[in-house]
Amino acid sequence: MNTDDELARVVRDHAGRLAGSLVSLLGDFSAAEDLVQDAVEIALKRWPVEGVPDRPDAWLFTVAKRRGLDVLRRQQNYRSKLAAFEPPVQPPPDDRLRLIFTCCHPALAREAQVALTLRVVCGLTTAQIAAALLASESAVAQRITRAKRKITDAGIPYRIPRDDELPERLTEVLTVIYLLFNEGYLSSTAERAHSRDLVDDAEWLTALLHGLLPNEPEVAGLLALIRLHRARTAARFTPAGDLILLEDQDRTLWDHAAIAEATALLTRTAHRHHAPGPYQLQAAIAACHSEAPTWSETDWPQILVLYDMLLTLQPSPVTCLHRSIAVSYVEGSAVALAELDQLALDSYPLFHATRAQFLRELGRNAEARQADELAAERTANPAQLDLLRERLAH
Amino acid sequence: MKYVLMFIETEEFAKEFEAKGPAEREEAYRRVYQWFDDHRDKISDRGQKLQGRETATTVRLDGGALMTTDGPFIEGKEVVSGFTEIDVEDLDEALRMVRTWPACPVIEIRPVAEM
Repeated sequence: MNTDDELARVVRDHAGRLAGSLVSLLGDFSAAEDLVQDAVEIALKRWPVEGVPDRPDAWLFTVAKRRGLDVLRRQQNYRSKLAAFEPPVQPPPDDRLRLIFTCCHPALAREAQVALTLRVVCGLTTAQIAAALLASESAVAQRITRAKRKITDAGIPYRIPRDDELPERLTEVLTVIYLLFNEGYLSSTAERAHSRDLVDDAEWLTALLHGLLPNEPEVAGLLALIRLHRARTAARFTPAGDLILLEDQDRTLWDHAAIAEATALLTRTAHRHHAPGPYQLQAAIAACHSEAPTWSETDWPQILVLYDMLLTLQPSPVTCLHRSIAVSYVEGSAVALAELDQLALDSYPLFHATRAQFLRELGRNAEARQADELAAERTANPAQLDLLRERLAH
Repeated sequence: MKYVLMFIETEEFAKEFEAKGPAEREEAYRRVYQWFDDHRDKISDRGQKLQGRETATTVRLDGGALMTTDGPFIEGKEVVSGFTEIDVEDLDEALRMVRTWPACPVIEIRPVAEM
Protein backbone atom coordinates (compact mmCIF):
# COMPACT_ATOMS: atom_id res chain seq x y z
CA MET A 1 0.00 0.00 0.00
CA ASN A 2 1.45 3.37 -0.93
CA THR A 3 0.63 6.88 0.23
CA ASP A 4 -1.49 7.54 -2.84
CA ASP A 5 -3.72 4.59 -1.99
CA GLU A 6 -4.05 5.76 1.59
CA LEU A 7 -4.93 9.26 0.45
CA ALA A 8 -7.45 7.88 -2.04
CA ARG A 9 -9.07 5.87 0.73
CA VAL A 10 -9.31 8.79 3.14
CA VAL A 11 -10.75 11.01 0.42
CA ARG A 12 -13.22 8.32 -0.62
CA ASP A 13 -14.43 7.84 2.93
CA HIS A 14 -15.25 11.51 3.32
CA ALA A 15 -15.79 13.18 -0.07
CA GLY A 16 -19.04 11.41 -0.87
CA ARG A 17 -20.47 12.17 2.56
CA LEU A 18 -19.56 15.83 2.17
CA ALA A 19 -21.08 15.90 -1.33
CA GLY A 20 -24.25 14.33 0.07
CA SER A 21 -24.54 16.92 2.83
CA LEU A 22 -23.81 19.86 0.56
CA VAL A 23 -26.30 18.78 -2.11
CA SER A 24 -28.94 18.54 0.63
CA LEU A 25 -27.94 21.92 2.01
CA LEU A 26 -27.76 23.87 -1.24
CA GLY A 27 -30.33 21.93 -3.21
CA ASP A 28 -28.00 22.31 -6.18
CA PHE A 29 -26.20 19.15 -7.21
CA SER A 30 -23.80 20.82 -9.58
CA ALA A 31 -22.68 23.69 -7.35
CA ALA A 32 -22.24 21.39 -4.34
CA GLU A 33 -20.25 18.89 -6.36
CA ASP A 34 -17.92 21.59 -7.68
CA LEU A 35 -17.09 22.66 -4.12
CA VAL A 36 -16.27 19.10 -3.07
CA GLN A 37 -14.13 18.55 -6.15
CA ASP A 38 -12.19 21.73 -5.41
CA ALA A 39 -11.66 20.64 -1.81
CA VAL A 40 -10.47 17.20 -2.95
CA GLU A 41 -8.02 18.73 -5.43
CA ILE A 42 -6.58 20.94 -2.71
CA ALA A 43 -6.38 18.03 -0.26
CA LEU A 44 -4.48 15.90 -2.78
CA LYS A 45 -1.94 18.70 -3.18
CA ARG A 46 -1.54 19.55 0.48
CA TRP A 47 -1.96 16.30 2.40
CA PRO A 48 1.11 14.58 0.92
CA VAL A 49 3.20 17.55 2.15
CA GLU A 50 1.46 18.48 5.38
CA GLY A 51 0.17 15.04 6.34
CA VAL A 52 -3.44 13.91 6.56
CA PRO A 53 -5.29 16.02 9.13
CA ASP A 54 -6.78 14.38 12.27
CA ARG A 55 -10.29 15.13 11.10
CA PRO A 56 -10.19 14.88 7.29
CA ASP A 57 -13.96 15.37 7.11
CA ALA A 58 -13.81 18.68 9.00
CA TRP A 59 -10.82 19.77 6.92
CA LEU A 60 -12.58 19.04 3.62
CA PHE A 61 -15.72 20.73 4.89
CA THR A 62 -13.86 23.87 5.93
CA VAL A 63 -12.08 24.13 2.59
CA ALA A 64 -15.31 23.51 0.65
CA LYS A 65 -17.16 26.07 2.74
CA ARG A 66 -14.47 28.74 2.36
CA ARG A 67 -14.36 28.05 -1.34
CA GLY A 68 -18.15 28.28 -1.56
CA LEU A 69 -18.28 31.61 0.25
CA ASP A 70 -15.65 32.81 -2.17
CA VAL A 71 -16.95 31.57 -5.52
CA LEU A 72 -20.71 31.63 -4.99
CA ARG A 73 -20.77 35.42 -4.83
CA ARG A 74 -23.81 35.80 -6.95
CA GLN A 75 -25.81 33.11 -5.22
CA GLN A 76 -26.45 34.96 -1.98
CA ASN A 77 -28.85 32.31 -0.69
CA TYR A 78 -26.23 29.56 -1.14
CA ARG A 79 -23.66 31.69 0.67
CA SER A 80 -25.88 32.35 3.65
CA LYS A 81 -26.81 28.66 3.88
CA LEU A 82 -23.11 27.76 3.80
CA ALA A 83 -22.16 30.43 6.31
CA ALA A 84 -24.71 29.14 8.79
CA PHE A 85 -23.77 25.50 8.29
CA GLU A 86 -21.44 23.86 10.80
CA PRO A 87 -20.31 20.26 10.66
CA PRO A 88 -22.67 18.40 12.97
CA VAL A 89 -21.25 16.85 16.15
CA GLN A 90 -23.24 13.69 15.54
CA PRO A 91 -22.56 12.02 12.22
CA PRO A 92 -25.26 13.12 9.79
CA PRO A 93 -27.62 10.60 8.19
CA ASP A 94 -25.85 9.01 5.27
CA ASP A 95 -26.93 10.94 2.21
CA ARG A 96 -24.74 8.89 -0.07
CA LEU A 97 -27.55 6.55 -1.06
CA ARG A 98 -29.41 9.48 -2.61
CA LEU A 99 -26.18 10.53 -4.24
CA ILE A 100 -25.69 7.09 -5.80
CA PHE A 101 -29.23 7.00 -7.18
CA THR A 102 -28.86 10.44 -8.70
CA CYS A 103 -25.50 9.62 -10.30
CA CYS A 104 -26.89 6.37 -11.74
CA HIS A 105 -30.20 7.81 -12.90
CA PRO A 106 -31.38 5.99 -16.04
CA ALA A 107 -31.88 9.33 -17.82
CA LEU A 108 -28.09 9.73 -17.87
CA ALA A 109 -25.90 7.97 -20.43
CA ARG A 110 -23.99 4.96 -19.08
CA GLU A 111 -20.59 6.67 -19.48
CA ALA A 112 -21.87 9.68 -17.59
CA GLN A 113 -23.22 7.48 -14.79
CA VAL A 114 -19.82 5.82 -14.44
CA ALA A 115 -17.83 9.07 -14.42
CA LEU A 116 -20.25 10.83 -12.07
CA THR A 117 -20.33 7.96 -9.59
CA LEU A 118 -16.55 7.83 -9.47
CA ARG A 119 -16.27 11.55 -9.00
CA VAL A 120 -19.17 12.33 -6.72
CA VAL A 121 -19.51 9.17 -4.62
CA CYS A 122 -15.91 7.92 -4.60
CA GLY A 123 -14.28 11.37 -4.63
CA LEU A 124 -11.97 10.75 -7.59
CA THR A 125 -10.61 13.73 -9.45
CA THR A 126 -11.30 14.11 -13.15
CA ALA A 127 -7.65 13.27 -13.87
CA GLN A 128 -7.85 10.05 -11.83
CA ILE A 129 -11.03 9.00 -13.63
CA ALA A 130 -9.48 9.69 -17.02
CA ALA A 131 -6.42 7.59 -16.14
CA ALA A 132 -8.52 4.73 -14.80
CA LEU A 133 -10.87 4.63 -17.80
CA LEU A 134 -8.08 5.24 -20.33
CA ALA A 135 -9.93 8.32 -21.57
CA SER A 136 -8.69 11.86 -22.05
CA GLU A 137 -9.16 14.27 -19.19
CA SER A 138 -11.10 16.71 -21.36
CA ALA A 139 -13.48 13.98 -22.51
CA VAL A 140 -14.20 12.97 -18.91
CA ALA A 141 -14.58 16.60 -17.81
CA GLN A 142 -17.06 17.19 -20.62
CA ARG A 143 -19.01 14.06 -19.77
CA ILE A 144 -19.33 15.21 -16.16
CA THR A 145 -20.27 18.79 -17.05
CA ARG A 146 -22.99 17.59 -19.43
CA ALA A 147 -24.34 15.12 -16.91
CA LYS A 148 -24.50 17.73 -14.16
CA ARG A 149 -26.27 20.13 -16.49
CA LYS A 150 -28.80 17.47 -17.36
CA ILE A 151 -29.42 16.70 -13.67
CA THR A 152 -30.30 20.35 -13.10
CA ASP A 153 -32.11 21.12 -16.35
CA ALA A 154 -34.10 17.92 -16.71
CA GLY A 155 -35.12 17.83 -13.06
CA ILE A 156 -33.41 14.55 -12.13
CA PRO A 157 -34.25 14.27 -8.43
CA TYR A 158 -31.89 13.87 -5.50
CA ARG A 159 -33.90 11.24 -3.77
CA ILE A 160 -34.08 7.53 -2.96
CA PRO A 161 -36.53 6.00 -5.44
CA ARG A 162 -39.91 4.88 -4.20
CA ASP A 163 -40.35 1.23 -3.26
CA ASP A 164 -42.08 0.37 -6.52
CA GLU A 165 -39.25 1.97 -8.50
CA LEU A 166 -36.41 0.67 -6.39
CA PRO A 167 -35.79 -2.72 -8.07
CA GLU A 168 -35.37 -1.14 -11.52
CA ARG A 169 -33.21 1.69 -10.26
CA LEU A 170 -31.10 -0.58 -8.13
CA THR A 171 -30.42 -2.75 -11.19
CA GLU A 172 -29.14 0.38 -12.90
CA VAL A 173 -26.80 1.15 -9.98
CA LEU A 174 -25.49 -2.42 -9.86
CA THR A 175 -24.85 -2.35 -13.61
CA VAL A 176 -22.69 0.75 -13.19
CA ILE A 177 -20.72 -0.82 -10.34
CA TYR A 178 -20.34 -4.11 -12.20
CA LEU A 179 -19.00 -2.19 -15.20
CA LEU A 180 -16.43 -0.48 -12.97
CA PHE A 181 -15.45 -3.82 -11.52
CA ASN A 182 -15.01 -5.40 -14.94
CA GLU A 183 -13.09 -2.45 -16.28
CA GLY A 184 -10.76 -2.61 -13.30
CA TYR A 185 -10.45 -6.38 -13.23
CA LEU A 186 -9.58 -6.76 -16.88
CA SER A 187 -7.09 -3.90 -16.97
CA SER A 188 -5.34 -4.73 -13.71
CA THR A 189 -1.95 -5.68 -15.08
CA ALA A 190 1.43 -5.20 -13.50
CA GLU A 191 2.25 -2.33 -15.84
CA ARG A 192 -0.84 -0.45 -14.75
CA ALA A 193 -0.37 -1.22 -11.07
CA HIS A 194 0.42 2.44 -10.41
CA SER A 195 -2.95 3.66 -11.68
CA ARG A 196 -6.17 3.78 -9.75
CA ASP A 197 -7.59 0.39 -8.87
CA LEU A 198 -11.21 0.53 -9.99
CA VAL A 199 -11.82 -2.92 -8.53
CA ASP A 200 -11.14 -1.42 -5.13
CA ASP A 201 -13.64 1.37 -5.82
CA ALA A 202 -16.20 -1.14 -7.08
CA GLU A 203 -15.87 -3.26 -3.93
CA TRP A 204 -16.03 -0.20 -1.71
CA LEU A 205 -19.16 1.07 -3.49
CA THR A 206 -20.88 -2.30 -3.24
CA ALA A 207 -20.00 -2.61 0.45
CA LEU A 208 -21.37 0.89 1.02
CA LEU A 209 -24.56 -0.01 -0.81
CA HIS A 210 -24.82 -3.29 1.11
CA GLY A 211 -24.48 -1.37 4.38
CA LEU A 212 -27.24 1.04 3.33
CA LEU A 213 -29.55 -1.58 1.79
CA PRO A 214 -28.72 -4.75 3.77
CA ASN A 215 -31.85 -6.61 2.65
CA GLU A 216 -31.25 -6.38 -1.08
CA PRO A 217 -30.09 -9.86 -2.17
CA GLU A 218 -28.51 -8.76 -5.43
CA VAL A 219 -26.35 -6.15 -3.67
CA ALA A 220 -25.07 -8.93 -1.40
CA GLY A 221 -24.61 -11.11 -4.49
CA LEU A 222 -22.48 -8.52 -6.27
CA LEU A 223 -20.44 -7.95 -3.12
CA ALA A 224 -19.75 -11.68 -2.80
CA LEU A 225 -18.90 -11.88 -6.51
CA ILE A 226 -16.36 -9.05 -6.32
CA ARG A 227 -14.81 -10.41 -3.13
CA LEU A 228 -14.50 -13.92 -4.53
CA HIS A 229 -12.66 -12.59 -7.57
CA ARG A 230 -10.44 -10.34 -5.51
CA ALA A 231 -9.54 -13.24 -3.25
CA ARG A 232 -7.60 -14.70 -6.18
CA THR A 233 -5.59 -11.54 -6.91
CA ALA A 234 -2.27 -12.83 -5.54
CA ALA A 235 -2.39 -15.81 -7.90
CA ARG A 236 -3.44 -13.98 -11.08
CA PHE A 237 -0.06 -12.73 -12.28
CA THR A 238 3.48 -13.99 -12.53
CA PRO A 239 6.16 -11.83 -10.91
CA ALA A 240 6.83 -10.50 -14.43
CA GLY A 241 3.21 -9.39 -14.66
CA ASP A 242 1.88 -12.03 -17.04
CA LEU A 243 -1.65 -13.25 -16.57
CA ILE A 244 -2.13 -16.75 -15.13
CA LEU A 245 -5.32 -18.55 -16.08
CA LEU A 246 -7.61 -19.83 -13.35
CA GLU A 247 -6.71 -23.44 -14.14
CA ASP A 248 -2.99 -22.75 -13.74
CA GLN A 249 -3.18 -20.61 -10.63
CA ASP A 250 -1.47 -21.61 -7.39
CA ARG A 251 -4.54 -22.02 -5.21
CA THR A 252 -2.53 -21.80 -2.00
CA LEU A 253 -2.04 -18.11 -2.83
CA TRP A 254 -5.77 -17.45 -2.75
CA ASP A 255 -7.17 -15.60 0.25
CA HIS A 256 -9.14 -18.49 1.71
CA ALA A 257 -10.47 -16.48 4.65
CA ALA A 258 -11.97 -13.95 2.21
CA ILE A 259 -13.41 -16.80 0.14
CA ALA A 260 -15.06 -18.34 3.21
CA GLU A 261 -16.50 -14.98 4.23
CA ALA A 262 -17.90 -14.21 0.77
CA THR A 263 -19.35 -17.70 0.45
CA ALA A 264 -20.99 -17.35 3.87
CA LEU A 265 -22.55 -14.04 2.78
CA LEU A 266 -23.89 -15.75 -0.32
CA THR A 267 -25.32 -18.65 1.67
CA ARG A 268 -26.99 -16.33 4.21
CA THR A 269 -28.55 -14.36 1.36
CA ALA A 270 -29.76 -17.51 -0.40
CA HIS A 271 -31.44 -18.69 2.81
CA ARG A 272 -33.35 -15.46 3.22
CA HIS A 273 -34.47 -15.00 -0.38
CA HIS A 274 -35.74 -17.47 -2.91
CA ALA A 275 -34.94 -17.33 -6.62
CA PRO A 276 -31.41 -15.92 -6.80
CA GLY A 277 -30.74 -13.06 -9.21
CA PRO A 278 -27.95 -12.85 -11.80
CA TYR A 279 -25.26 -11.49 -9.45
CA GLN A 280 -25.94 -14.17 -6.87
CA LEU A 281 -25.71 -16.84 -9.58
CA GLN A 282 -22.45 -15.45 -10.92
CA ALA A 283 -21.11 -15.32 -7.38
CA ALA A 284 -22.21 -18.94 -6.86
CA ILE A 285 -20.25 -19.94 -9.98
CA ALA A 286 -17.20 -18.06 -8.68
CA ALA A 287 -17.70 -19.81 -5.31
CA CYS A 288 -17.69 -23.24 -7.00
CA HIS A 289 -14.29 -22.42 -8.51
CA SER A 290 -13.00 -20.95 -5.27
CA GLU A 291 -13.95 -23.99 -3.24
CA ALA A 292 -12.42 -26.53 -5.61
CA PRO A 293 -9.07 -27.78 -4.29
CA THR A 294 -7.79 -28.18 -7.88
CA TRP A 295 -9.02 -27.31 -11.36
CA SER A 296 -9.75 -30.97 -12.16
CA GLU A 297 -11.82 -31.35 -8.99
CA THR A 298 -14.09 -28.45 -9.95
CA ASP A 299 -17.79 -29.29 -9.64
CA TRP A 300 -18.58 -28.75 -13.34
CA PRO A 301 -22.10 -30.26 -13.29
CA GLN A 302 -23.04 -27.78 -10.55
CA ILE A 303 -21.52 -24.91 -12.53
CA LEU A 304 -23.48 -26.01 -15.59
CA VAL A 305 -26.73 -25.89 -13.60
CA LEU A 306 -25.88 -22.39 -12.38
CA TYR A 307 -25.13 -21.20 -15.93
CA ASP A 308 -28.45 -22.59 -17.11
CA MET A 309 -30.24 -20.68 -14.35
CA LEU A 310 -28.32 -17.54 -15.27
CA LEU A 311 -29.20 -17.91 -18.95
CA THR A 312 -32.89 -18.23 -18.08
CA LEU A 313 -32.74 -14.87 -16.32
CA GLN A 314 -30.32 -13.17 -18.68
CA PRO A 315 -29.81 -14.76 -22.07
CA SER A 316 -26.46 -13.58 -23.41
CA PRO A 317 -23.98 -15.01 -25.91
CA VAL A 318 -21.08 -14.15 -23.59
CA THR A 319 -22.66 -16.23 -20.81
CA CYS A 320 -23.14 -19.04 -23.34
CA LEU A 321 -19.43 -18.78 -24.11
CA HIS A 322 -18.52 -19.23 -20.45
CA ARG A 323 -21.03 -22.02 -20.15
CA SER A 324 -19.39 -23.86 -23.05
CA ILE A 325 -16.24 -24.29 -20.93
CA ALA A 326 -18.28 -26.12 -18.30
CA VAL A 327 -19.87 -28.14 -21.11
CA SER A 328 -16.42 -29.22 -22.31
CA TYR A 329 -15.71 -30.77 -18.90
CA VAL A 330 -19.10 -32.42 -18.52
CA GLU A 331 -19.85 -33.51 -22.09
CA GLY A 332 -16.51 -33.18 -23.87
CA SER A 333 -14.83 -30.66 -26.19
CA ALA A 334 -16.67 -31.74 -29.34
CA VAL A 335 -20.09 -30.91 -27.85
CA ALA A 336 -18.69 -27.70 -26.39
CA LEU A 337 -17.23 -26.64 -29.74
CA ALA A 338 -20.52 -27.32 -31.52
CA GLU A 339 -22.34 -25.12 -29.01
CA LEU A 340 -19.68 -22.43 -29.22
CA ASP A 341 -19.94 -22.28 -33.01
CA GLN A 342 -23.62 -21.31 -32.69
CA LEU A 343 -22.62 -18.02 -31.07
CA ALA A 344 -22.28 -14.75 -32.96
CA LEU A 345 -19.24 -13.46 -31.09
CA ASP A 346 -16.69 -12.93 -33.83
CA SER A 347 -15.49 -9.59 -32.43
CA TYR A 348 -14.93 -10.99 -28.95
CA PRO A 349 -11.33 -12.17 -28.34
CA LEU A 350 -12.25 -14.76 -25.70
CA PHE A 351 -14.56 -16.45 -28.20
CA HIS A 352 -11.60 -17.24 -30.43
CA ALA A 353 -9.34 -18.06 -27.48
CA THR A 354 -11.90 -20.55 -26.17
CA ARG A 355 -12.43 -21.97 -29.61
CA ALA A 356 -8.67 -22.45 -29.93
CA GLN A 357 -8.64 -24.34 -26.66
CA PHE A 358 -11.40 -26.75 -27.70
CA LEU A 359 -9.78 -27.30 -31.12
CA ARG A 360 -6.46 -28.04 -29.43
CA GLU A 361 -8.15 -30.54 -27.13
CA LEU A 362 -9.57 -32.22 -30.22
CA GLY A 363 -6.13 -32.37 -31.84
CA ARG A 364 -7.05 -29.86 -34.57
CA ASN A 365 -3.87 -27.83 -34.04
CA ALA A 366 -3.74 -25.87 -37.29
CA GLU A 367 -7.29 -24.56 -36.78
CA ALA A 368 -6.44 -23.85 -33.14
CA ARG A 369 -3.53 -21.64 -34.18
CA GLN A 370 -5.78 -19.73 -36.59
CA ALA A 371 -8.28 -19.14 -33.81
CA ASP A 372 -5.49 -17.94 -31.52
CA GLU A 373 -4.44 -15.42 -34.17
CA LEU A 374 -8.02 -14.16 -34.52
CA ALA A 375 -8.14 -13.73 -30.75
CA ALA A 376 -4.87 -11.79 -30.68
CA GLU A 377 -6.08 -9.44 -33.41
CA ARG A 378 -9.12 -8.56 -31.31
CA THR A 379 -7.67 -7.76 -27.92
CA ALA A 380 -6.43 -4.47 -26.52
CA ASN A 381 -5.52 -5.71 -23.06
CA PRO A 382 -1.75 -6.25 -22.84
CA ALA A 383 -1.93 -9.13 -20.35
CA GLN A 384 -4.48 -11.02 -22.42
CA LEU A 385 -2.43 -10.41 -25.52
CA ASP A 386 0.76 -11.71 -23.88
CA LEU A 387 -1.03 -14.85 -22.93
CA LEU A 388 -2.34 -15.42 -26.44
CA ARG A 389 1.08 -14.65 -27.96
CA GLU A 390 2.70 -17.11 -25.61
CA ARG A 391 0.34 -19.76 -26.87
CA LEU A 392 1.03 -18.88 -30.51
CA ALA A 393 4.76 -19.46 -29.87
CA HIS A 394 4.41 -23.20 -29.32
CA MET B 1 -41.29 21.49 -13.13
CA LYS B 2 -42.95 21.69 -16.50
CA TYR B 3 -42.26 19.15 -19.18
CA VAL B 4 -43.68 18.56 -22.61
CA LEU B 5 -44.43 14.96 -23.45
CA MET B 6 -43.99 14.33 -27.13
CA PHE B 7 -45.90 11.27 -28.18
CA ILE B 8 -44.13 9.47 -30.97
CA GLU B 9 -45.62 6.97 -33.34
CA THR B 10 -43.70 4.24 -35.05
CA GLU B 11 -44.67 2.90 -38.50
CA GLU B 12 -45.56 -0.39 -36.89
CA PHE B 13 -47.87 1.23 -34.36
CA ALA B 14 -49.61 3.29 -37.07
CA LYS B 15 -50.18 0.16 -39.19
CA GLU B 16 -51.55 -1.78 -36.26
CA PHE B 17 -53.88 1.06 -35.43
CA GLU B 18 -55.17 1.29 -38.99
CA ALA B 19 -55.88 -2.44 -38.96
CA LYS B 20 -58.16 -2.09 -35.93
CA GLY B 21 -61.92 -2.28 -36.26
CA PRO B 22 -64.20 0.56 -35.05
CA ALA B 23 -64.88 -1.03 -31.67
CA GLU B 24 -61.19 -1.62 -31.03
CA ARG B 25 -60.36 1.94 -31.99
CA GLU B 26 -63.03 3.23 -29.70
CA GLU B 27 -61.54 1.20 -26.88
CA ALA B 28 -58.05 2.56 -27.64
CA TYR B 29 -59.35 6.13 -27.52
CA ARG B 30 -61.25 5.40 -24.34
CA ARG B 31 -58.02 4.26 -22.65
CA VAL B 32 -56.22 7.41 -23.76
CA TYR B 33 -59.04 9.61 -22.39
CA GLN B 34 -58.93 7.61 -19.20
CA TRP B 35 -55.18 8.23 -18.91
CA PHE B 36 -55.68 11.98 -19.32
CA ASP B 37 -58.43 11.84 -16.74
CA ASP B 38 -56.31 9.85 -14.27
CA HIS B 39 -53.54 12.44 -14.51
CA ARG B 40 -55.61 15.61 -14.88
CA ASP B 41 -54.08 17.21 -11.75
CA LYS B 42 -50.63 17.02 -13.37
CA ILE B 43 -51.56 18.11 -16.87
CA SER B 44 -51.04 21.84 -17.29
CA ASP B 45 -51.88 21.94 -20.98
CA ARG B 46 -53.59 19.06 -22.63
CA GLY B 47 -51.87 19.92 -25.89
CA GLN B 48 -52.95 18.48 -29.20
CA LYS B 49 -53.13 15.31 -31.16
CA LEU B 50 -51.63 15.96 -34.57
CA GLN B 51 -52.78 14.72 -37.94
CA GLY B 52 -50.71 12.14 -39.74
CA ARG B 53 -47.21 12.67 -41.12
CA GLU B 54 -48.54 12.77 -44.69
CA THR B 55 -50.18 16.10 -43.82
CA ALA B 56 -46.93 17.73 -42.67
CA THR B 57 -45.20 20.56 -44.51
CA THR B 58 -41.68 21.60 -43.62
CA VAL B 59 -40.37 25.08 -44.26
CA ARG B 60 -36.69 25.91 -44.23
CA LEU B 61 -35.67 29.54 -43.84
CA ASP B 62 -32.36 29.61 -45.57
CA GLY B 63 -30.80 33.08 -45.78
CA GLY B 64 -34.09 34.76 -46.56
CA ALA B 65 -35.17 32.18 -49.11
CA LEU B 66 -38.16 30.06 -48.21
CA MET B 67 -37.80 26.36 -48.97
CA THR B 68 -41.07 24.51 -48.68
CA THR B 69 -41.16 20.73 -48.79
CA ASP B 70 -43.77 18.08 -48.36
CA GLY B 71 -43.51 15.84 -45.31
CA PRO B 72 -42.03 15.96 -41.81
CA PHE B 73 -38.65 17.50 -40.97
CA ILE B 74 -37.01 14.14 -40.68
CA GLU B 75 -38.12 11.35 -42.95
CA GLY B 76 -37.99 8.69 -40.31
CA LYS B 77 -39.84 5.70 -39.02
CA GLU B 78 -40.82 7.62 -35.87
CA VAL B 79 -42.79 10.86 -35.92
CA VAL B 80 -44.34 13.10 -33.29
CA SER B 81 -48.07 12.48 -33.23
CA GLY B 82 -49.11 14.72 -30.35
CA PHE B 83 -47.94 16.65 -27.33
CA THR B 84 -49.03 17.49 -23.82
CA GLU B 85 -47.58 19.76 -21.17
CA ILE B 86 -47.35 18.43 -17.63
CA ASP B 87 -46.42 20.09 -14.35
CA VAL B 88 -44.82 17.63 -11.93
CA GLU B 89 -42.28 17.51 -9.13
CA ASP B 90 -39.35 16.14 -11.10
CA LEU B 91 -38.27 13.77 -13.87
CA ASP B 92 -39.11 10.71 -11.77
CA GLU B 93 -42.71 11.79 -11.47
CA ALA B 94 -42.85 12.35 -15.23
CA LEU B 95 -41.40 8.88 -15.76
CA ARG B 96 -43.98 7.35 -13.42
CA MET B 97 -46.72 9.10 -15.31
CA VAL B 98 -45.74 7.91 -18.78
CA ARG B 99 -45.32 4.35 -17.55
CA THR B 100 -49.09 3.87 -17.86
CA TRP B 101 -49.50 5.66 -21.21
CA PRO B 102 -51.77 3.33 -23.21
CA ALA B 103 -51.06 4.36 -26.81
CA CYS B 104 -48.01 5.04 -29.03
CA PRO B 105 -44.80 3.23 -27.99
CA VAL B 106 -42.31 6.13 -27.73
CA ILE B 107 -42.45 9.29 -25.63
CA GLU B 108 -39.86 12.02 -25.44
CA ILE B 109 -39.87 13.99 -22.19
CA ARG B 110 -38.43 17.50 -22.46
CA PRO B 111 -38.25 20.10 -19.72
CA VAL B 112 -39.80 23.41 -20.75
CA ALA B 113 -37.29 26.25 -20.95
CA GLU B 114 -37.93 29.08 -18.52
CA MET B 115 -38.11 32.33 -20.46
